[in-house]
Amino acid sequence: MSKPLRALSFVWILGLALWVPSYAQDLAFTLTIKDHRFEPSELQVPAGKRFKLIVKNLDPTAEEFESHDLKLEKVIPGGSEANLTVRPLKPGTYKFVGEFHEKTAKGRIVAK
Amino acid sequence: MLATAVIVLREVLEAALVVSIVLAATRSVAGRSAWVAYGIVAGTLGALVVAAFADVLSAAASGLGQEIFNATVLFIAVAMLGWHNVWMTRHGREMAVNLRSVGTAVQTGAKPLYALSIVVAMAVLREGSELVLFLYGIALAGPGQATELAGGFALGLAAGLVLAVGMYFGLVRVPAKHLFTVTGWLILLLAAGMAAQAAAYLVQADILPALGESVWDTSYLLPDDSVIGKIMHTLVGYTARPYGIQLGFYAITLAVVLILTKIAEGSARRPAV
Repeated sequence: MSKPLRALSFVWILGLALWVPSYAQDLAFTLTIKDHRFEPSELQVPAGKRFKLIVKNLDPTAEEFESHDLKLEKVIPGGSEANLTVRPLKPGTYKFVGEFHEKTAKGRIVAK
Repeated sequence: MLATAVIVLREVLEAALVVSIVLAATRSVAGRSAWVAYGIVAGTLGALVVAAFADVLSAAASGLGQEIFNATVLFIAVAMLGWHNVWMTRHGREMAVNLRSVGTAVQTGAKPLYALSIVVAMAVLREGSELVLFLYGIALAGPGQATELAGGFALGLAAGLVLAVGMYFGLVRVPAKHLFTVTGWLILLLAAGMAAQAAAYLVQADILPALGESVWDTSYLLPDDSVIGKIMHTLVGYTARPYGIQLGFYAITLAVVLILTKIAEGSARRPAV
């Protein structure tokens, strides 16, 4: 096997190894948006575990869930909900906002 | 009003910079303004449609419609940018050497202008639909929001235009001999950055593996959501905390376009086909 090819297959196998276990997920948390505020505004989650984040937008207008800390970005139309997958987090605080109403719509996820 | 303006600016920034680079890259090509205008109009109409059907799009592909849509739009732009660069190596030299005789290049140039028109449309479409939803939300909040809406929109748009115009005039000051080299590199970096961004959407959708959560973290130096961060994001694909796979997509895009350009260069040296 040539060197670049070996390197490539290594990356590929590494990728699969990191990727496959991710399918075991049953942990889920829910955030609700109402009057351009998140409820709860602080979410406690276990560190190192992948989980599903359900964001329900009860407002009639769209909101953009955005978190640079979590690297997530998704528009949630009014009166609908979005499912996001949060990858295993290191212990710490991760901020998120509703980009369309950044003044009021903010919160954080605390991973422990 | 300022808060609204900042969001508007953030959303129009990418499209504004893309348009200014495209205009500089097609300097001296007849009819380019019309092509760019078509792109803006098509992108705006598309953005309105996407915003109107935002709920349908979000629900599509078991909730991953948005991510897949954004990634697709970006990949289309990447392909068109790459194609433009390859084409420019074949025809750009004659354009640069003799600006007066661009007539023939322009005729054969119908295709790449079409490509750049699509690039503009894609840039406007993606950010535009978010902008429409944001502004619609303000409008629905009540009649008292009219100044907020109009003022914030005008201010944000004006700021975006100022940046784009500044970028354009900075670029066209580059001597004609080097202009296409400079815009060629800008377009290449633009394409690589878009490919990396598309990869991030596919990681979010869980379609691609991350291959490393944060290869580096420069969010304390230059946050993604700052205006300068956003400008750097558009121009060179800056991300404060990139996934490994984003770097991979970035590098592969650079390599593929450069290799295709070299091949095109080789065939351009031979007598014209």
